[in-house]
Amino acid sequence: MSKANSKFARVNGINRRQFLATTAKASCVMGMAGLGLTTVATQSRQLDPFAIRPPGALAEDDFLSACIRCGLCVEACPYDTLKLAHWFDGAATGTPYFTARNIPCEMCDDIPCVKACPSGSLDHSLEHIDDAKMGIAVLIDEKNCLNYRGLRCDVCYRVCPLIDKAIKLELQRNEKSGHHAMFLPTINPEICTGCGKCEHACVTEQAVIKVLPSHIALGKSAAHDTYQHTEETTLEMLNKGLTL
Amino acid sequence: MNSTHRSTSEHTAHTGQSAQNELGWWRSHRLLILRRLSQLSVLSLFATGPLFGLWLFKGNLSSSILLDTIPLSDPLATMQVLMSGHWPELSLLLGAIIVVGIYALLGGRVFCSWVCPVNIITDLASWIRRALSLPRTSEIAQNWRYYMLILVLILPILTGLAVWEWVNPVPIVYRALLFGASGGLWLLAVIFLLDTFVVERAWCSHLCPTGALFSLVGKMSPIKIAAVRANACNNCMDCFTVCPERQVLKPVLKKGSTQPLILDSDCTLCGRCIDVCAPRVFQYENRFNSKYSNRIPLKVESQL
Repeated sequence: MSKANSKFARVNGINRRQFLATTAKASCVMGMAGLGLTTVATQSRQLDPFAIRPPGALAEDDFLSACIRCGLCVEACPYDTLKLAHWFDGAATGTPYFTARNIPCEMCDDIPCVKACPSGSLDHSLEHIDDAKMGIAVLIDEKNCLNYRGLRCDVCYRVCPLIDKAIKLELQRNEKSGHHAMFLPTINPEICTGCGKCEHACVTEQAVIKVLPSHIALGKSAAHDTYQHTEETTLEMLNKGLTL
Repeated sequence: MNSTHRSTSEHTAHTGQSAQNELGWWRSHRLLILRRLSQLSVLSLFATGPLFGLWLFKGNLSSSILLDTIPLSDPLATMQVLMSGHWPELSLLLGAIIVVGIYALLGGRVFCSWVCPVNIITDLASWIRRALSLPRTSEIAQNWRYYMLILVLILPILTGLAVWEWVNPVPIVYRALLFGASGGLWLLAVIFLLDTFVVERAWCSHLCPTGALFSLVGKMSPIKIAAVRANACNNCMDCFTVCPERQVLKPVLKKGSTQPLILDSDCTLCGRCIDVCAPRVFQYENRFNSKYSNRIPLKVESQL
């Protein structure tokens, strides 16, 4: 019997007991490895929120499932704007992002980075760069903004590729002097592409205007608050009466 | 088999010495040198772009485009993207199909031994092991890489993320050298230490899911290594010492074996066995050559 067993073991390489033991061992180890890998992946996903992605990037979760981390977009970018993330570098390792304060997106008309993307994590249906939504500029620190102090800095407004559309200067009476106007840079989030030229150009030591990913920059009204989507004021709405 | 241990002490002192005496330095290191040249050439073809503005390959081993026309992409990364539920651009799929086609023809694990940069590191670890005569410590099963492959393909389904690409050491090397993203290189150090001090050839021969996938891709490849002069074998065991997948050598060197072809697709076709063999037992062969009737030997024959 033992001889038959050993012969079986020799011909087939392993016997049933070995097979079961190896399978069990390997499954346990792979389970642990899987948990470890998933932890690493989800942990570094938490570093993502402030990473500004290239134009046409899918929503962050879809982007991470699609991006193959080949760097073709980075090599296609003529302005060296895009970088591949290092380990724990503010974005998932190997994925493309840019830091607007260093080099903003120059918004090329032919969008070479999107054309180069083989995985479709940069959406090829983006045809006009003005429709890009890399993020949204937010004037995050009014206190230190020179225009809010009554000066005419206007740099963010002047460098905006969509001047007077994405950033407008809203006039407001300067209460401090009593007889001047303040020209307040005001961003239209529906038009702003998030190119980051304003953040790049902001003259203060730390930029007071920053590009944030849309999911951080924007709030969201409840679905039943339909009046918020109209151009009318609440009073006009109410005077009109409800259409049921 | 007693004779195999005849001169173990001499051979551990310098593997391949007899081949070098017999065939000269070049003939006994030829394929090793060519392999290193091949690995470095592939890397240089990618690097001329970022370094000198001469764009041959753009991208990295995960996905690239040759001369702005031919897409190439890593089949494992592509499968992960598909598993995570994302339908990529056609160029990625086409690239993966082209790459699978190339390696199905050349031999799947040719990638491991002739292209993959990690192989340089693990070969170095293996060489250090031999030079220092480090003891064989813990063993893990060769087939764990297939469990790894399954794991790597299941994780995107469970998490919706191409999880393996976070830690995949192959693109980490390329990203470090091409894009300066050197932060992941500590993983290569871990693999080097693992291979040197913990398990012999742990990464490339036991764990790497990319190698496992290419092994499957190369199952039907026509190019194989054959023990064409198995009769001349003097059982010096040098080939076993240098072979990264030594289990593939057993069937062809077994006494009375009628099958000279190394059909096991775990063979990386590195050709190091050809280099170190003084009696020149091995050479590259076309498996569909009529010399090898290409039939599965009868059970009786293989047990002789």
